[in-house]
Amino acid sequence: MGLVMNIELKHIHKRFGAVHANNDINLTFATGRIVGILGENGAGKSTLMKILSGFQSMDSGEIWLDGKPVSYNGPQAAIAHGIGMLQQDPLDVGAFTVLENFIYGQPGNLSPKRKVAQQQLEKLSQRFGFELDPDMPVSQLSIGQRQQLEIVRLLALGVRTLILDEPTTGISTEQKTLLFDALRELAAKDSMTVLLVSHKLEDVIALCHEVAVLRAGRIVGSMDMPATTTELVTLMFGQELAAQPRQPINANSDDAVLALHKVQLRNKRMKIDNISLRVRAGEIIGLAGLDGSGQEMLLRACVGLEKCSRGQIDIAGRDMTGKSYREFLQTGVAFGAAGRLEEGLVAGLTLTEHIALVTSHQSFIDWNSARQHTEDQIKHYNVRGRPESRIETLSGGNQQRVLMALMPQEPVLMALEQPTRGLDVDSARWIWQQLIERRKGGTAIIFSSPDLDELVTYSDRIIVFCGGWVQEVADMENLTLDELGRMIGGEGVIQ
Amino acid sequence: MNPELINIFNSIVANATPLVIASIGETITERAGVVNLSLDGSLILSAMVGFVAAFVSGSAIIGIIAAMIVGGLIALIIAIGGIELRQDQVAIGFVLTLLTADLATFLGQNYTRIPGPQILRSPIPILADIPVAGPIFFNQTALVYLSYALIFGLWYWLFRTRPGLALRAIGERPETAFARGANVNRLRYLYTIIGGALVGLAGAAYSLSVKPGWATPPSMAGDGWIALAIVIFGGWHPFRVVLGAYLFAGLRALSTAIQRTPEIEISVVLLNGIPWVLMIITLLLVSSGAIERLLTVLPRPLQKWTRNFLRSDPPAALGTRFKQK
Repeated sequence: MGLVMNIELKHIHKRFGAVHANNDINLTFATGRIVGILGENGAGKSTLMKILSGFQSMDSGEIWLDGKPVSYNGPQAAIAHGIGMLQQDPLDVGAFTVLENFIYGQPGNLSPKRKVAQQQLEKLSQRFGFELDPDMPVSQLSIGQRQQLEIVRLLALGVRTLILDEPTTGISTEQKTLLFDALRELAAKDSMTVLLVSHKLEDVIALCHEVAVLRAGRIVGSMDMPATTTELVTLMFGQELAAQPRQPINANSDDAVLALHKVQLRNKRMKIDNISLRVRAGEIIGLAGLDGSGQEMLLRACVGLEKCSRGQIDIAGRDMTGKSYREFLQTGVAFGAAGRLEEGLVAGLTLTEHIALVTSHQSFIDWNSARQHTEDQIKHYNVRGRPESRIETLSGGNQQRVLMALMPQEPVLMALEQPTRGLDVDSARWIWQQLIERRKGGTAIIFSSPDLDELVTYSDRIIVFCGGWVQEVADMENLTLDELGRMIGGEGVIQ
Repeated sequence: MNPELINIFNSIVANATPLVIASIGETITERAGVVNLSLDGSLILSAMVGFVAAFVSGSAIIGIIAAMIVGGLIALIIAIGGIELRQDQVAIGFVLTLLTADLATFLGQNYTRIPGPQILRSPIPILADIPVAGPIFFNQTALVYLSYALIFGLWYWLFRTRPGLALRAIGERPETAFARGANVNRLRYLYTIIGGALVGLAGAAYSLSVKPGWATPPSMAGDGWIALAIVIFGGWHPFRVVLGAYLFAGLRALSTAIQRTPEIEISVVLLNGIPWVLMIITLLLVSSGAIERLLTVLPRPLQKWTRNFLRSDPPAALGTRFKQK
């Protein structure tokens, strides 16, 4: 074994509407190396890997393999060139058995030789210590096992480069160890190239020989490992913008609008213990952390969408533990989900219908006044759209404006998931002006964001989530982006 | 065995054949992820066209071919509407059911109640002499033998060949099929048309063999819905689908026999309801946990086979649209 395979990506561009997901990407991957592709959510790393593996077409650019330019349409053709990708949710067929999945996609005669295929499957599984029962339906496998199946399948197809997209999400520690051992062996013994897409720094540090970092669609740096978390975080988030002076806290009373007492939150993947927090009227609390570290869970717990397994939640002095979302809403909280069209708005309904949904409480809607009200709101919130436009035809920024218009005027507490997700700088600034207006009226705001700059600029206090722990930033006055990045990466956590 | 009993079983197999062919056709279509809901109307229109074509040309073969073309064309409309125009397959199929049934009545009005060509029995030498099974299964028309071939052929295709894996994959998870090199929508077209042509063949099996001739109201009205139900009952597995078709035809024969026996007084309506009740009970059994519990007591090699046989989940992508990148 040991075919050499060098991959060169030259001037790759890919746009999705207004978003420049890949902006002039130039990268070289040498054979036998494990390379981490790092970047925050939306940085463009998955798009780039999908282009390389044929799942996505590029707008312009070239892929060179071993010194020759290649072009392929579709993942099957990429595999024929030796490049295979393991998707985050493995692309298999749940109704098939393990063996059928292994066979499906292999070239050959009309009727596949099941015995031969089974031997090949067993041999490959044994090599890496994977336990795959050929007769088991795939729907009964864990995600880790489905990944193992997909890896041996791609290897059997003669893949020389293996791309893995967030492979450690949703798998057990033992499966992770098994996976990493297999990847190391493939790189060392078979001189395969392994590309690991991840935003988990500990995985990258544990496994990779080198990293390439993307931010906002561009390559912002690459380095050989070992590197420290700090160096990686600096590359990932950058630090070109200095922290701006924050507005003074405008709390007019000492009473807590929101109080968490030793709250415990848990889901299938993690558990966070002992969260205690007091939020006063007019305070803005930022929740920081790598994606999926528990910020969203806490936000949802504050509005009753997530149940706490232990502890107590008070809103405006009332014990709300275990109450429903509806009851939370009645106490005057408002919630804005990150998935605007999925959770916040109803695709297919017009602006007027949205306004009527929240303002009209009779069975019959007075459409004339609803329309009038909608026009007022459109003017007030500067929405680019008409009362009869359907919501999904609006841009992200305008959708977010509508979402603001739909929220109660003076809520006690607003819980916002990534309030400026996907918005351009202008729209984001406008959203924050609106939020600060409401804060002056005494509304407390608790929000999550992947944007450190946004967190540092607007928060009165910041809570950092990392590996199942929460920690409040002690010295807000002298907090730099760099320090915050380090805390997110897990340095200086008091356990 | 009692020769009269053998006769009864022989006619059950014969009468079940159009249902077998139609539900095998629908099984193929639905395995590919497309619902052809027009079965009832398709059967009626293709039965009419099959009879008229055979009558005019004097050849049953030409009748069969004409009927298959009609079934295939109706399926093509569903494929174009559902795949190309991205409309709701259930809605298109339902409208087509009503339209084609009326069209058959209208176009066939000059051909009612006249004798025409028929497909006759052709016993298979040697095989027909096997005791009991011989006269039941091998003293039949060529269409019946074709239905046997379809049953085993589809089973082999689905579970033992590479294109069969692709067929199942496009109905289960088209994204995966696409990633492994399948042209999902082209395959869906192909299998929808093949399935539709088989439904047309089933229509011809009525008008040229089982219930020869053409009449209004059509004698096979309602059987299309039954075939659709049999596909669900059969869990999209050819063997179980066939079992369902035979079971249904058997229950029908039983109810006819009971009606002819004056000593037994049971309402006809009640008798006709039995197959449906039986189907609901079976579906409940299969979808409850009872089967899984039963499986655990079986020896391991048998478990796998039984689970596969009893599986009753519809193809996961049934009735959905797939957009190729």
